[in-house]
This record gives sequence, C-alpha cells and structure tokens, in this order.
Amino acid sequence: MKVVVCVKQIPDPASEYTLEPDSHWLVRPSEQVLDDTDRYGVEMGLQLAQASEDGSVTLVSMGPTGNMQGIRQALAMGADKAVVVDDTDLRGSDALTTARVLAAAITREGFDLVIAGTESTDGYSGVVPQMVAEFLDVPALTYATKIEIGDGVTIHRQATSGYDTVEASLPALVTVTAGVVEPRYPTFKGIMDAKKKPVDTVTVNDLGVNAEVDQKVTAVSPAPERSAGTIIEDDGEGHLAIVAKLRELKVI
Amino acid sequence: MANVWVFVREQDGGPSTIGLELLTKARTLGDVTAIYVGTGSDESFAILGDHGASSVFHLAPGDALVSGPVASALADLAGTHNPDIILFGQAYDDRDVAGRLAARIGRTVLSNAVDVALDDTVEATHEIFGGSQLATSTITGERPYLVVVRPKSFEAASSGGGAPEVTTVDLPDVGSSAARVTGSHVEEKEGPQLEEAAIIVAGGRGLGSAEKYAMIEAIAKQLGAATGATRAIVDAGWVPYAKQVGQTGKTVKPDVYIAAGISGAMQHLVGMKDAKTIIAINKDPEAPIFSVADLGIVGDVHNVLPKLAEELGKG
Repeated sequence: MKVVVCVKQIPDPASEYTLEPDSHWLVRPSEQVLDDTDRYGVEMGLQLAQASEDGSVTLVSMGPTGNMQGIRQALAMGADKAVVVDDTDLRGSDALTTARVLAAAITREGFDLVIAGTESTDGYSGVVPQMVAEFLDVPALTYATKIEIGDGVTIHRQATSGYDTVEASLPALVTVTAGVVEPRYPTFKGIMDAKKKPVDTVTVNDLGVNAEVDQKVTAVSPAPERSAGTIIEDDGEGHLAIVAKLRELKVI
Repeated sequence: MANVWVFVREQDGGPSTIGLELLTKARTLGDVTAIYVGTGSDESFAILGDHGASSVFHLAPGDALVSGPVASALADLAGTHNPDIILFGQAYDDRDVAGRLAARIGRTVLSNAVDVALDDTVEATHEIFGGSQLATSTITGERPYLVVVRPKSFEAASSGGGAPEVTTVDLPDVGSSAARVTGSHVEEKEGPQLEEAAIIVAGGRGLGSAEKYAMIEAIAKQLGAATGATRAIVDAGWVPYAKQVGQTGKTVKPDVYIAAGISGAMQHLVGMKDAKTIIAINKDPEAPIFSVADLGIVGDVHNVLPKLAEELGKG
C-alpha cells in the first residue's frame, strides 16, 4: 500500500512568533521543526505500510525548505522519501492554494491512502485536508482516533461525546488526531539513514498549478489586555486565597 | 439586502448551539437562510426561524458521512441562489463541509474567525498568538465568501421570527468520495458539560502524572464544576480528547476557570482566556498563564490542591 503523509515544517512553537511588517506573513526562520501533530500521521503511515505488501511512505510538504530539519525528523522516523514544494510564489498562500498544491504533488506521486493532521500548529485553518480530498475526489475520513485497513478503510471518528465508526473504500484521505498512535522516536540509525533518503524539491511550475491567492491579511493589532491580577507566592496558605476568591465570587 | 447562509448541523435532535449563535449574527448581515443538515423536524425548523432564518434548505444525510454529499449539494445550491456569504462553525462536520465546498467552487475559506463583517467585501477578525493579537483578513476573489467561526464568538438570541419556509434538498450520489457512518459510541457524560459549565477546573502537565488528574476531578466535584485539560495531557493519553480546552479543543467562557499546573501555551489560552475570572496555580512565576490570571498562586499544585480540597470539604 502506498501511503502519502502530509507534513509541515513550522517555526519552533517554543520560540516567539513574529509577523513581517507589511505582508503580515509569519516569519519563517531557516531552522524549522516538524509540526508535532504530524508525528502521529507519520507513525500511523509507517505502521500501516509495514503491515501491507509493498508498503511505502512518502512525505509531501509545502513551504520554505530551509535546512530541512523538520523533514529529516520525519524521514528519520522511517518514511522512505519526501517531496517538498518550495516556491517563493507560494509565500502568503491561503488554505485553498495550499490544498491545490498538495493535491497536485500527491497526484504526481500516486497513493492508496493520504494521512494528514487535523490542522497545523502555526496556521490552524483546519480545512486544508478536506480541500485536498475534494481535489483528489476521495472521501475525507476526518478526526480519526483509530484506523484499520481491510478491504477499505475504517476509522473511529472523534465526535462531540464519544466517536462514530466510519467506513469507505480506498483510495481515501484520513486526518488523525494526536493520540491515534504513539509516535516512535528516531533511532540513531534512522537519523543517519535519513540523510541519504531522497528529497525531491519541486516548484509550482513543475506541478502546473495556479498559485493565485485570494485571502489577504489587512491589519494586525494588539488585543485588549486583561487587567492585571493579583499574583501571590504560596507560603502554605495559597489555597486560602483561592477559597476567599471563590467566596467573593459567591461560587461557594 | 445581502443573501446570508448559515450551516447548521443537527446535534442531539435539534440545531447545534454554534448554529444558533451564527444565525443570530447572520441576521445583522442580511436575509438569512439556514442550511440544516440532519433528520429535521417542525420543532427544529421553528427554532431556526426563531433565531432569524427566513428560509431553510433541509438536507438529510442518513448514514452518509456528511461532507461529500452535502458539499456537492451546497455547491449546486450556491450556483443557483448566489449567496453572498456562507457561515460555518468551527466544528467537525461544519469544517469538513466548508473545506470540500471551497475546493469544489474554487473559493478559499477564512477560518477561526471570532467576528465577521460584510460590506463591499468580507472582513473577518481572527485571534492569533494565543489571542494576544487580532488579525483582520479579507477575500479579494468572488462571492460567496466562506467563513468558519469559532464557537461562543456570538451569543445566541431569539429574533421572535416565525416558522421559516423549508425546502427539502435531495443529496447526490458522490461515488468514490462516499463514506458511511456505521456506528456511534457515546461516552458517558458525568457532571456538567465543558461548554455549558459555569465553573471549570482544568489540569495540565504540571500535575506530573495521569493519576494526579484525580485531584482535578475531586475539586470539580466539590464545586459542581466541569473538568478540562490541556492538549499536552490529552496527547499524553491522561484524559480523553473531549476534555481538551484550546485551539484544537473546546472554547469555553465560564464564570470561573481554575487552571492547575497549566503553563498557558498559546494553544490553550485562546480557548479559555475569555473566562470571567481566571485562577491559576503554577510553580513557574514566569508562566504565561499568570498574564491572564485574576488570581495567581505561584506554588506547587501537589501542595495547593490537596489543601484546597480539604478546605472546600469543611463546607
């Protein structure tokens, strides 16, 4: 089974995010990391590929390649190869353009199953995988907490309270929630092997897609701040301050 | 007058809360049509009317996963009736339909909006960087504009409107894109629901281990509160996803939010910073949670929580 996993390199979430002054685009340093939520999709893809005949895992990503640290992280987990669409024309892409590009790259690779996270940690539009599925003309089995491959694909789909069981035939796209599976840590051998694995860098022209962008960020301003609260050091009596506050609010 | 459509998913036999919130906002933007997806009933349609919908397109997906057939039907409806804008909630099926529809009709989606205005073009407001900044975005392309709005951005209110005109729309066969819902598993609900609760007690990685989440549950029980969690401990498998508060979880606006062992990552803050009163307990005085706290206790949750439980137990 041929599995394609969509992954994204993002600025380290522990760092402070900044925007470019005029375009309001997120500043992307050359040092970017694998979006943590993508580790679940990569792990799931590896397990499903390993359990099938002729299984393979291809990573597909869009964005500035940088020093490729994030892509290498996913390759080090065990993915076979990566395709990165890196093109300055794609700076400031909206959700639809991103989906169009990813779908074109996925179609070029071929697939039985596409796996993506539910949303990225830096952009979190939360609609790109569904758009990709529509472009690929396959079902989008979303918010999976469990995946099984038989004749088709069956998932547990996260619901407001509990889950639904959803079935479809292959090829299909599945989005996975964190916790669908426990991601492995790359081994030393995995990290060394990752340096030799093929990474195909392509442009919008190579894919023949329209990179036009319809969404514009027009302004960014500070949100109204909450008035400063009372911060106290716990000297063994901190809990009494909480009780007093709850009394004041007439909660108890 | 603008032609405004609102996607409303049926939930527990009636219109979803987010759907009613969006209808309430929509009537300030123009004439409102609800796209109602579910089994449907006169009672449900009356509720849509009472929140401002003058007409309803009713789509009954049966056991189909809604996104494929509903997006396809909506694309056809939009082609015929030319809505100016379609509002969706930041919820499972809503997001799926918005995404598929967008790709089908070649319009992008403004996602995670907390406010929306419609004039010569659309203007959506988004909270970014944990809600510390507000970004405004617009679409330069053609209508309809597709906007996905976070829950609790608007308060649902009756318009006193009468029964709407209801048109039933048949769903197309979507062939290879089809998926079926073959079963549902409902997790038992204990205590108040997170989104509705007046008080929430939430825990994060500072608790140290899954077992310690029991301290959160005990205090919540004493206060009649719902329990919440950060993404970090949901990812770690300590508590189910249904408890997650934040960007990828639930948005809550309770009267009181008690954050125990929560550092206050952007991801989390955006889901709870609009609580009326925030009480935080964390041992790191530099934790971002203290920047939104009304009362902050710099201390170890393992000392503070047991004493708090004991004090509350004295009644």
